[in-house]
Amino acid sequence: MIYGYLLIDLFFEEEPMYKIVRKQILNPSVVLMEISAPYIAKKAKAGQFIIFRIDEKGERVPLTIADYDRENGTVTIIYQIVGKSTMQLSELNEGDTILDFAGPLGVPTHFDEGVKKAAVIGGGVGCAIAYPQAKALHEKGVSVDVIAGFRNKDIVILEDEFKAVSDRLVITTDDGSYGKKGFVTDALKELIDSGTKYDVVVAIGPVPMMKFVSELTRKYGVKTIVSLNPIMIDGTGMCGGCRVTVGGQVKYACVDGPDFDGHLVDFDELSRRNSTYADKEKQEKEHYCRLTEVIKNA
Amino acid sequence: MPNMTPNKIKMPEQDPKVRARNFEEVALGYTKAMAMEEAGRCLNCKHKPCVEGCPVNVRIPEFISEIARGNFKEAYEVITSTNNLPAVCGRVCPQESQCEGKCVRGLKGEPVAIGRLERFAADFVMENEQTKIKKPELNGHKVAVVGSGPAGLTCAADLAKIGYDVTVFEAFHVAGGVLMYGIPEFRLPKAIVQKEIQSLKDLGVKFMTNMVIGKVLSVDELIEEMGFEAVFIGSGAGLPNFMGIEGENLVGVYSANEFLTRINLMKAYLDDYDTPVRNAKAVAVVGGGNVAMDAARSALRLGAEKVYIIYRRSLEELPARREEVHHAMEEGVEFLLLQNPVKIMGDENGRVKAIECVKMELGEPDESGRRKPVEIKGSNFEIEVDTVIMAIGTSPNPLIRSTTKGLEVNRRGCLVVNEDMLTSREGIYAGGDAVTGAATVILAMGAGKKAAKAIDEYITSK
Ligand SMILES: Cc1cc2nc3c(=O)[nH]c(=O)nc-3n(C[C@H](O)[C@H](O)[C@H](O)COP(=O)(O)OP(=O)(O)OC[C@H]3O[C@@H](n4cnc5c(N)ncnc54)[C@H](O)[C@@H]3O)c2cc1C
Ligand SMILES: Cc1cc2nc3c(=O)[nH]c(=O)nc-3n(C[C@H](O)[C@H](O)[C@H](O)COP(=O)(O)OP(=O)(O)OC[C@H]3O[C@@H](n4cnc5c(N)ncnc54)[C@H](O)[C@@H]3O)c2cc1C
Ligand code: SF4
Ligand code: SF4
Ligand code: FES
Repeated sequence: MIYGYLLIDLFFEEEPMYKIVRKQILNPSVVLMEISAPYIAKKAKAGQFIIFRIDEKGERVPLTIADYDRENGTVTIIYQIVGKSTMQLSELNEGDTILDFAGPLGVPTHFDEGVKKAAVIGGGVGCAIAYPQAKALHEKGVSVDVIAGFRNKDIVILEDEFKAVSDRLVITTDDGSYGKKGFVTDALKELIDSGTKYDVVVAIGPVPMMKFVSELTRKYGVKTIVSLNPIMIDGTGMCGGCRVTVGGQVKYACVDGPDFDGHLVDFDELSRRNSTYADKEKQEKEHYCRLTEVIKNA
Repeated sequence: MPNMTPNKIKMPEQDPKVRARNFEEVALGYTKAMAMEEAGRCLNCKHKPCVEGCPVNVRIPEFISEIARGNFKEAYEVITSTNNLPAVCGRVCPQESQCEGKCVRGLKGEPVAIGRLERFAADFVMENEQTKIKKPELNGHKVAVVGSGPAGLTCAADLAKIGYDVTVFEAFHVAGGVLMYGIPEFRLPKAIVQKEIQSLKDLGVKFMTNMVIGKVLSVDELIEEMGFEAVFIGSGAGLPNFMGIEGENLVGVYSANEFLTRINLMKAYLDDYDTPVRNAKAVAVVGGGNVAMDAARSALRLGAEKVYIIYRRSLEELPARREEVHHAMEEGVEFLLLQNPVKIMGDENGRVKAIECVKMELGEPDESGRRKPVEIKGSNFEIEVDTVIMAIGTSPNPLIRSTTKGLEVNRRGCLVVNEDMLTSREGIYAGGDAVTGAATVILAMGAGKKAAKAIDEYITSK
């Protein structure tokens, strides 16, 4: 096939660089970027992720593939600005490039054939990761209910996108400033209690949220898929840093996941392991903030 | 008249107290005078037992006599006619069980310092000679190499030299494999590895980093869609093993791969790099190979006060290069031999606080001929540590075998090849740790070389 030759030659004119072709600020702390990465776009599937590194000194950071465009050769990422790397990324603009962008990593989400009705639940920026799953289910002809939870009205993201791929969209906010007041678990319980029968629930968000959704669905006996986000380095099964305990067995989230059966995951262990570098990350972020502050004010 | 002193010329080294706190190279290298004097110890044996001990058959007495005569560039050329990476091999080969293990001078006194001389010749040329690389004329055939460790680099170099258009696909963001992410700076400066890679680029080899083969492209696609006529798989044995004991998922338990990658590849020890690594005070490293020594000595350099190596056999069985064991001891690593961990204990926040071990004794020899360690019942004891690093071996990553149809593997997950390094699939060759399981740099290079020859024969006879 000619396509392959062309791409590889184009790529090799210079060091491969991954260009930001679109940037959209979804809310004050969540950014969407479309990145030119033709090889990855060609192969990507819902549930997979990439690892980026901004520059020579940067960390390797995993982000879910929120969407892809096979024809234009782009991959969309949606990320929350939480620490130094995501902060630096958010400061780049259309036309800028990122040094490294590897993927698609992880196993694509797998849904059983018999699934007719699904609930997709996203918490905060977890909605970005839940969106491609809702879309994939919808495109398979499954009837999808989406429950998207946020702390308040100002940080609601992807509302239109979710509407387009769901039969029913429930937005919840912790303080009631938009949609229903309460947590996503309350909304899910209400839907199930009112007689909706789900073949599968997909829950993606902060670890406690996934844990509570899984505890709820366990009571109702509804199969639940969660997408785990342990700390990663290589993303290819080489460091073991991303290990999680699922059903009493050790799994590597980067190659065996990131999706797992929520009823089998040891969420408490995951929370503890994710806090390994909490102090250092806080320092780095503060250090970086002060630095940019000084530069901006200079 | 050969120099009959029984000992090798001593290698100048950084003082153990100083070097235990920095990442600069430990062994500083011979001067010209030292190298010439050491070269004088070689007897230029007719039957050359040393050459047989070297997996790539470096013409040892020949290069050593060039050094003795002060012809360093000529010495380098003799070496590189069979070994593409002398600056690396001189530093990391387990010489005591290879070339130097067979040297007749070793019967009475120390063998000739073949490794150090090889390193000297390579360093000398790198520093003093502008070796201009001529890009060979392309022969119109394309070969893909998966993985850029010593196996892949050697295969790529040999093919590029005879005109093949070679592209190396590497999963990580830099090329070099274990030479970059595993072996630390203080033993193998990364600048040396990068120079070697640059010389491959000068030869015309293309490097595509960030390409996880099996995910972004399959081996079959490389052949069918991208037009590569043959593929060499040198993907190594990167999957870390754990012991399966209680507490291995506590915060503060690392695989050696993760610990060393954070340090070597992501440069966690330098302030201006972003990747973090925990500040450990007391570290237990489990295992006795090169990987364990590297992890232990890196932990010291990051500022740990206590570093223990826990190994279940005795000093004699330690599989690490002897020089590294010696260096580790000098630097203050404590060796807990004939002991084995049984459990790791954590505090209320799930962070490591101690490791429980049991004492061992050596029993009957097992299949490998080594005496099998057995537990001494009731001898359990605890050591207070805040970090545990598991360095008990690695196995090949299943990614490629699970995404390439018809690739035969053995029970340990290693690719099966014939004497030409050909796998069970036509046009797909493999070598290095992916075939042997974790082994050595020089064996991986030997495999890459053999495969290059076979690939050339395969393509030209098509
Ligand atoms: C498979 C996978 C997919 C992901 N997809 C997305 C995504 O689509 N969008 C998105 O916004 N984020 C996603 N994440 C999380 C993202 O990788 C982290 O937020 C990232 O490490 C932040 O980097 P940083 O340098 O900006 O912050 P850091 O300085 O690394 O961390 C800042 C804060 O985030 C916490 N943290 C660090 N790493 C993680 C982690 N892996 N998960 C959760 N918290 C962490 C730290 O404890 C700290 O409090 C994903 C993670 C994984 C493993
Ligand atoms: C810490 C440590 C210290 C060591 N010390 C010594 C020593 O002193 N002396 C000695 O002789 N040996 C030593 N070894 C062993 C030696 O490094 C290895 O035997 C040797 O590197 C094997 O070479 P290789 O080319 O087969 O594989 P590797 O060096 O492992 O390289 C494999 C490469 O393939 C890449 N890869 C894997 N999968 C894919 C994929 N799907 N797609 C694309 N790329 C992929 C990997 O990222 C890696 O870069 C040490 C090993 C370690 C870990
Ligand atoms: S390549 Fe290694 S084994 Fe061969 S001569 Fe050099 S140091 Fe010795
Ligand atoms: S065996 Fe030793 S002394 Fe003899 S040729 Fe080889 S290096 Fe020289
Ligand atoms: S990220 Fe290293 S094994 Fe998963």
